[in-house]
Amino acid sequence: MVELLDLINTGLFAAAIRMATPIAYAALGGMFSERVGVMNIGLEGIMLTSAFGGVAVSYYTGSAWLGVVAAVLVGGLLGLFHAIITVKYAGDQVVSGTGINILAAGFTAYMSQVIWGTRGSSDAVNSIPDLTIPVLKQIPVLGEVFGTHSPLVYLMPIITAASYYVLFKTPLGLRIRAVGEHPTAAETAGVDVVKIKYMCIILSGMLAGIGGAFLSLSHLNVFNKGMTGGRGFIAMAAMIFGKWMPFSVFGASLLFGFADALQMRLQSLGILPPQIILAIPYVLTVAILAGVVGKAKPPSDYKPYEKE
Amino acid sequence: MSERLTAAVRRVFGGGDGLQGLMIQVAAILIAFIVGAAVLAVTGYSPVDAYVSMASGAFGSSYGVGQTLTQATPIVFTSIAFLIGLKAGLFNIGIEGQFLMGAMGATLAGVYLDGLPWVIHVPLTILVGMIAGALWSLIPAVLKSRFDAHEVITTMMLSYVATHFTSYLVNYPFKAPGWVAQSLKISGSAELPRILPPTQLSAAIFVAVIVTVASTYFLQKTIMGYELRATGLNPSAAENAGISIDRNILVSMALSGAVAGLGGACEVMGIHRRFIQGFSPGYGWDGLAVALVGGLNPVGSFFASVLFGALRSGGMIMTRATGVPLDIVKILQALVIMFVAAPKLIRALLRRER
Repeated sequence: MVELLDLINTGLFAAAIRMATPIAYAALGGMFSERVGVMNIGLEGIMLTSAFGGVAVSYYTGSAWLGVVAAVLVGGLLGLFHAIITVKYAGDQVVSGTGINILAAGFTAYMSQVIWGTRGSSDAVNSIPDLTIPVLKQIPVLGEVFGTHSPLVYLMPIITAASYYVLFKTPLGLRIRAVGEHPTAAETAGVDVVKIKYMCIILSGMLAGIGGAFLSLSHLNVFNKGMTGGRGFIAMAAMIFGKWMPFSVFGASLLFGFADALQMRLQSLGILPPQIILAIPYVLTVAILAGVVGKAKPPSDYKPYEKE
Repeated sequence: MSERLTAAVRRVFGGGDGLQGLMIQVAAILIAFIVGAAVLAVTGYSPVDAYVSMASGAFGSSYGVGQTLTQATPIVFTSIAFLIGLKAGLFNIGIEGQFLMGAMGATLAGVYLDGLPWVIHVPLTILVGMIAGALWSLIPAVLKSRFDAHEVITTMMLSYVATHFTSYLVNYPFKAPGWVAQSLKISGSAELPRILPPTQLSAAIFVAVIVTVASTYFLQKTIMGYELRATGLNPSAAENAGISIDRNILVSMALSGAVAGLGGACEVMGIHRRFIQGFSPGYGWDGLAVALVGGLNPVGSFFASVLFGALRSGGMIMTRATGVPLDIVKILQALVIMFVAAPKLIRALLRRER
């Protein structure tokens, strides 16, 4: 037990915040897509492709920030693709998302080999330097946990708050929610359902794209094959656990990020099997869907919308 | 959503728009290969060389055919598992987890039920694998019928739980001595024999053929199969006709999980002879895709599995011969999946080309 308690220190919490960041971006992205009635199982693949795109652009231009921009664009493009298949052509959401995931795994590994000559990982590229918040850093404990992080970490709560504001305090947010809950009623009220759907699904991809960029250009400075490691699926779990509400989704991501940080430290100790910790987010999500710990109900019925 | 899909499939198979069902699948495959050729050409490889070497690698020798069928075998099981669920309107995307649980069940039965003659040990091991898969798929089935929990999410989440759980088992309680995270070897009396050495092709392919025939018969000719399909096509009409929706959810998910578990069992008994951590490169996900490419019927799934198996085995030969990264295979598979996902998209593309 002494060893276990030794693990709980400021470093663990700082790591938890880092691990939570990519999950939170993707989870918030997933939330926007599901708010308009489209499940985005492709989050994992979108993050992976964006992580790759970011590194590739940083490699060729030497600018990490251009890499981030590229990652967001790549994410948006895949979001658009998902929207075209599921909204315009009324294709199946689960199949399209699965296709995106497999395409991402294949395409990024293929292109890594073409560009860097190895399937495993890319060359090291310029990454985004961490930011230190001057006053915060001086405060004991808090400073160590929150004081120095990637700018993308600090951006996360801002985007969460903005998402909340847009969804619940603006007319646009009302339209978005209406499209998910009552598309026919929304159309009758003059809302362009298709346009709102496209917008939210593209946004979903862009947010997941930032998550991907964080992994490859901030957390690390290389692209590794399959480096998202299932975080897109954890993000879906966080989205459900947070009941499709921005701040709760962010909170759930922090919880799952903490689990991730904890299991990495446990691996080195060997007192509690890391697999057990890794399974916890999934078990919790199944439990909440079944109503064991509160009830989570999706904001839409995931049916494609067809004009009457 | 699954109603949408079945409706879409019915539309495809009902013809309409002048394009028959099989045409869509063939067109999707062709378009995927054309896009794949563009990717190859842009990245500096010859598409013709790559495709020729892939095809000759997959079918040009008895070794190639053996490896193709070896690669196809697990996907036959996972695709049929997926379509049994979908016929009842259930999107079981947790096939991967049920496959792994089946593999683990069979491994434990194969290792620890020692000293039996093979006529008993082989069927018993298979049975344990099927039960393990069925039990794992019954969890989301019960959650769906009792609490209305969406099966897409619960099956997916439970799939990851299974991945971590089986990984835990071969890292801790059932770990074989040594550095590799794997179980002990199953006893010889639980093995399925290799039938075309030096390829890895095992008698599992016969089991796959039996499952293909049996599931076709079950879905088309039995009352239970009819009830499953009725539930999938129109739940409220089925309920009015006196069919219990809840019971059908349980039955189709249990069968789906049992077939997935059988696939896992066969993979262990025929190929690896033990549970090795991470031995499945995503056979469960492939199953989803292959079932769609196969037009959601077992015989179609069998042939689509052979196509995917050929891509894998031919792809390995192609990589050795031409230096094209093996991952082009994954790109091709993904493209096929996405084009099959949207029959309307294929129609639009074909119309534009005319």
